[in-house]
Amino acid sequence: MIKLAKKIALILLALNLMAYSHLLRAELTIEITEGVQSAHTIAVVPFASPLGEQLKDDVAQLIGSDLARSGYFKVLDKNQMLTRPSQSAHVKFRNWEALGQDYLVIGEVTKDNNLYHVKMSLFDVYKKEQLKGLRVTVEASALRMSAHHLSDAIYEKLTGIPGVFTSRIAYVTSELNSQSKTKYNLYVADYDGANAISIAQSKEPIMSPSWSPKADKIAYVSFENKVSEIFVQTLATGERKSIAKYKGINGAPAWSPDGRQLALTLSKGGNSDIYILTLANKSLRKLTKSLAIDTEAAWSPDGKKILFTSDRGRRPQLYVMASNGQGVAERITFDGDYNARGSFSADGKSVVMVQGAQGNYRIAAQNLASRATTVISNGPHDESPSFAPNGQVIIYARRKGNDDILATVTLDGASKQDIQHTEGMVREPAWAPRK
Amino acid sequence: MKLKTGIVAFFIATLLSGCSLFNKDSLSEEDNSAQNMMNSLNDRSGVDSNTYNADGLQVTELGVDSQISEGIDALMQSPEFSDPNSPLSTRTIYFEYDSSQVKNEFVPILEAHANYLMANPNQRITLEGHSDERGTREYNIALGEQRAKSVFKILQLIGVMTNQMDIVSYGEEKPVASGHTDESFALNRRVEVVYK
Repeated sequence: MIKLAKKIALILLALNLMAYSHLLRAELTIEITEGVQSAHTIAVVPFASPLGEQLKDDVAQLIGSDLARSGYFKVLDKNQMLTRPSQSAHVKFRNWEALGQDYLVIGEVTKDNNLYHVKMSLFDVYKKEQLKGLRVTVEASALRMSAHHLSDAIYEKLTGIPGVFTSRIAYVTSELNSQSKTKYNLYVADYDGANAISIAQSKEPIMSPSWSPKADKIAYVSFENKVSEIFVQTLATGERKSIAKYKGINGAPAWSPDGRQLALTLSKGGNSDIYILTLANKSLRKLTKSLAIDTEAAWSPDGKKILFTSDRGRRPQLYVMASNGQGVAERITFDGDYNARGSFSADGKSVVMVQGAQGNYRIAAQNLASRATTVISNGPHDESPSFAPNGQVIIYARRKGNDDILATVTLDGASKQDIQHTEGMVREPAWAPRK
Repeated sequence: MKLKTGIVAFFIATLLSGCSLFNKDSLSEEDNSAQNMMNSLNDRSGVDSNTYNADGLQVTELGVDSQISEGIDALMQSPEFSDPNSPLSTRTIYFEYDSSQVKNEFVPILEAHANYLMANPNQRITLEGHSDERGTREYNIALGEQRAKSVFKILQLIGVMTNQMDIVSYGEEKPVASGHTDESFALNRRVEVVYK
């Protein structure tokens, strides 16, 4: 427990440092647009809190929201609860059985000087047994994060898959200021859009954020100097380095899984090709050599392959080649007339992409073993898919009315949610890898 | 005039022959744009060369830079740039979907700009490539650059010095029309010739 508290304290330290160096905040809210019929039912009873204290964050409410958003759980409305136990001894399973609940979560928050102990118990209602008990100790400001940690634990216990509720996302916004000039921001936020902080602002476009494997840095493209340029920014300090400012395009940065290299798109050689930059010695190796457009590189989790978009076959399609440049590139997409911006899931078994067909752009997922491709979003203007670290959910950008917003969809396409941003157009989400 | 146009066409043809080492698929659009321009030059060489501005070529031959415009303000005051009847008043070249081929209708406009730039060798321009919003953002950056390069090549083939021209592609990031209709898409698929 001490270890976990330490970890949370570290996260908070990092967030505080970020808050110091940057000013802008914005909020995202999530709306479930399509849910799963076959979801498990779960009741999360409001946690008992220290006598006379109104906590800033409702831990049970946050856990319920997390589980509902995963698409795999249907969460009971607390107004339907017959009892609200906070101790195992007070749980009457038949009450929850009567409400059709598969699982039950209870808990309490206790205070010890300035620290809060958040205790949670998870039960299987039909087996009438406890599945998990956990206590997290945090400062008041980290109650929200403690709820996400408990959600991760519950999700993993019930699905066998690690949760993503403590992970973060990055995204780009554009909005008009009072002088009708466009302003671009690069944000980092909790996975649910809370604690959104702008880490870069510019009057010129910002594009293509890419997380380092340790989730401590972000590479992105900025046109702030009226040319494209790639920067690497360290989140904790705000320190920024220009790593590519060649003549022509400097785009589509993608970190290698070991964090030592970045795949980039450069056009300094005459047309868009993918290069591999080794960060330590700044050496640059040209990976693709076609005279077509080659761009949007993504690494396989083992670092041995590069997935990229190329129009060498006339229309944009996805190709895979060895990251050491040997052998030939193999085309892997044959559905639709436009397949681009592919990326691998963390287990390397799936690829997501933007698939265009007759002007309808949707997110599609390919099972690499069977090569079967399934369209998982509704279109007509969906883009920038990015896998959650557990590979179960994909975040992407879509158009809703005249707004560009973020949305999530489960890998099977069954559950979809919109994430509403308070201001401006939102785009290019990138889900941070697990730290 | 006929002879001069013929020489330019020959020059272009010579340059194009060097293109044979290029991958046919990938560069066919750009080949076509140059080919179209050559055709249009050839067509006109036998009929009428009004739109191929003879004055520009003459100034070049004399080597006289009496009308160099310094800075955008001076340039915009110049009647050639503001008179809607002057081809120089058109500084946006539009493209078809997923294409970087310069359409024939824009060749006379590029010829006028080329002549101006050849007459004013200290004048510099940036060719800003743009795309519509369809498709992925980084692919559209590459597409915008291909469009700017198509324009660059035509200006170069006519005789503009490469050090007078810069290229930047903004892809779909800086639309001029904010709608999501075919009309907006058509306005956003463009190369802007920006005088510096």
